[in-house]
Amino acid sequence: MSAPSPALAMTRTLVGAGVVCGFLIVVAYELTAPIIQENRIEARQAAVFEVLPGAVATATFQLQADGSLQAVPDETTAGDLVFAGYDAQGGLVGAALEAQGMGYQDTIRLIYGYSFDKDAIIGIKVLESRETPGLGTRVETDPVYQANFDALDVSLDAAGQALANPIEAVGAGKKQHPWQVDCITGATISSKAIANMLGTSAAKWMPAIAARPEALARPEGAHVQ
Amino acid sequence: MSSSSPPTTTDEFIKGLWRENPVFVQVLGMCPTLAVTNSAVNAVAMGLATTFVLVMSNLAISAIRRFVPKQVRIVTYILLIATFVTVVDYAIAAISLPLHKALGAFISLIVVNCIILGRAEAFAGKNPILPSLADGLGMGIGFTGALLTLGVVREVLGMGTLFGVALFPAAFQPWVIMVLPAGGFFTLSAWMLVFNALRRRQRALSEPA
Repeated sequence: MSAPSPALAMTRTLVGAGVVCGFLIVVAYELTAPIIQENRIEARQAAVFEVLPGAVATATFQLQADGSLQAVPDETTAGDLVFAGYDAQGGLVGAALEAQGMGYQDTIRLIYGYSFDKDAIIGIKVLESRETPGLGTRVETDPVYQANFDALDVSLDAAGQALANPIEAVGAGKKQHPWQVDCITGATISSKAIANMLGTSAAKWMPAIAARPEALARPEGAHVQ
Repeated sequence: MSSSSPPTTTDEFIKGLWRENPVFVQVLGMCPTLAVTNSAVNAVAMGLATTFVLVMSNLAISAIRRFVPKQVRIVTYILLIATFVTVVDYAIAAISLPLHKALGAFISLIVVNCIILGRAEAFAGKNPILPSLADGLGMGIGFTGALLTLGVVREVLGMGTLFGVALFPAAFQPWVIMVLPAGGFFTLSAWMLVFNALRRRQRALSEPA
């Protein structure tokens, strides 16, 4: 056999390597996807308990097209989900909601807790982010920034269709109203991004759930911590 | 190299640990070295992930080195390296989501870690499988060790903990700068100072008087 032409040899090598690599990636994906999915759901449930202090059980609900809320299995990942948290007596502690938006490098995904009693956001927990370590990641660790979410006002206006005061990001130390979020100097983009995604999510969700906690009554088979 | 006999497989393994340490001697892979060594756990995880990619890519590249035309070798190497990095990315997410979150974008960036392409081009593309395996393993462990030395110092000073265990009484005020990027530069330069002093002394001792 004569030596193949360089063009043929090059094409053969690249196509061959491409096929083998593609196969390897698909195998790795197929093997790990169910485990990763399970980890995500576990992390999400742990986050629900974290942002709703006092909750010992949780159930997942889905917002339907007609505006009603329907209990769905905890494994559900798609659609507009809300996670209700219940205390030991089965009473509703609050609702946890997912929000996501563009951060500095990639999408930030977080879960936040809403208290019906306080009519406010009472905690956030970042689920996924690729922010710069040491800078953007401070949105998760900075106690002053976290204190923004001890009681972030999301009450509705008189008509009940929109937030009375949209959530607003302000410069570090400039917070004056309960609906404002103090940003972090040096992590402005990340800390603003979180305020914005909370604002968008709350504007959509609060009119749907704030007035009717009874729609989130504890169903059979709620997941216990 | 002072010895005249050809290097053995053991030599290939050992050189990455000390004499040709990728971080302290070759000064390669500075991006992950400075970025993810803010805690010991992150440093070890990053080191092990890089070691896996390094060993696998060295093996694969050494195995196919005769069939790859030299015009397309870099592309082929990068393709293989990117594949192993993707596999590691999935594996870390399956093992621990918090760890995956802590390492963030730096897992994907292993693809462009110059240690890996450097070893592929300088060693695995020219040598048989066994020495390439030893070379990858030695460099990987040398890299992990270097990251750990940085991670330990930065975590202890910057957070007052080691592998997440608190070391000091609550009154200890952590030096936050150590976990920030600037602390990475300080720690790296301090370690380089120590390593260079040690190597100089070693050389002075081994030279005939």
